[in-house]
Amino acid sequence: MIDHALDFGLAAVSLALLLNLWSLFRGPTTMDRVLAVDTMVINVIALIVLFGIREGSMLYFEAALLFAMFGFVSTVAYCRFVLRGNIIE
Amino acid sequence: MNALLEVLVSALIVIGGVFLLVGSWGMLRLPELMSRLHAPTKATTLGVGSVLLGSIIWFARVDGVPSIHELLITLFLFLSAPITAHFLAKAYMHVHVDAETRLPRPGEHGWSTYDAAPGKGDEQVGEG
Amino acid sequence: MNDMHDAEGLQADPPRRWFPHPVLSALLVIVWLMLQNGFSLAHLVLGIFLGWGIPCLTASFWPSRPHVRSYRKALSYALLVIGDIIVANVVVARLILFSRPADLHTCWVSVPLDLHTPEAITLFAGTITMTPGTVSADLSADGRSLLVHCLNAPDPAQAVTDMKTRYEARIKEIFE
Repeated sequence: MIDHALDFGLAAVSLALLLNLWSLFRGPTTMDRVLAVDTMVINVIALIVLFGIREGSMLYFEAALLFAMFGFVSTVAYCRFVLRGNIIE
Repeated sequence: MNALLEVLVSALIVIGGVFLLVGSWGMLRLPELMSRLHAPTKATTLGVGSVLLGSIIWFARVDGVPSIHELLITLFLFLSAPITAHFLAKAYMHVHVDAETRLPRPGEHGWSTYDAAPGKGDEQVGEG
Repeated sequence: MNDMHDAEGLQADPPRRWFPHPVLSALLVIVWLMLQNGFSLAHLVLGIFLGWGIPCLTASFWPSRPHVRSYRKALSYALLVIGDIIVANVVVARLILFSRPADLHTCWVSVPLDLHTPEAITLFAGTITMTPGTVSADLSADGRSLLVHCLNAPDPAQAVTDMKTRYEARIKEIFE
């Protein structure tokens, strides 16, 4: 049962990532692309966690945590760049 | 008991997958950036939260000891999602200066993306 | 006013200086133990060291700190918000799946604020973003109102009243 649920979850998240990739290409503005990348990061976290459950290993947790942190920081940095023209003042 | 837990974890994973998919689909479907912002901030955050909750219960069952560190990712995402959304909205307003004409006026002073704070010169306050 | 009091307190009161933020310290110890995903004496000692060191090093970043009046109310507020987040997701998911984008009544509203401390306003803005169909976008230059984007609000005035009575009144009870 859990295997079928994992299959479904992995398929759904992969499809979501493809949809994100599409909106990343489509744009039309820079902010749409930043939003697409931010959503991609969240989807990748879910993908890593689901893969960790399938492999039965908790080692993937660290990767997911790092993704969460870097995703947040990079989105804020992009927005900061759009707002102020540079990142570190 | 074990079967029940398995059903619960499976349900959480399926719900999470559906919400993640809906969030990404909404981002494609909705017409402009401010509407699109609603889909990822809400649907995706709950989707990943649901998957992480499933992971906590699953590893608690497999190892016998509760594995709570997934809660940290959930908490971190729930704390960072509003900040990300706020920054994206501010950047959107900054790029689309024409949007100011469509916004309600807050009073005698404008919004902080466009107007300086009263009595502070050109220093920008109230950000983030 | 608050800043001055705290600055004086920091200089005059040695315990305050060496242990500036007890709640943050406790939180750091708990987060450290959660990050290690287990309990052992070594992790606890290192966690306590971090919980003492980080607030000391960063104390100058929070000159004024919010005074939480009632932790019981804060907890019930957190539960209310978690419940609303789940409702919010179902609502937004239904809007995305089953309504035509042209039918949505998107609008900007300006929410006048009764809150004064930055921490309370931050919490209010974060709550608005996480709950049904609303995203907080900006603060007015004088800090007295909040710009909110609604995904589907046929009646903007009603949406503002809802936000103020459901969340702002409760935050006011917690902080002010």
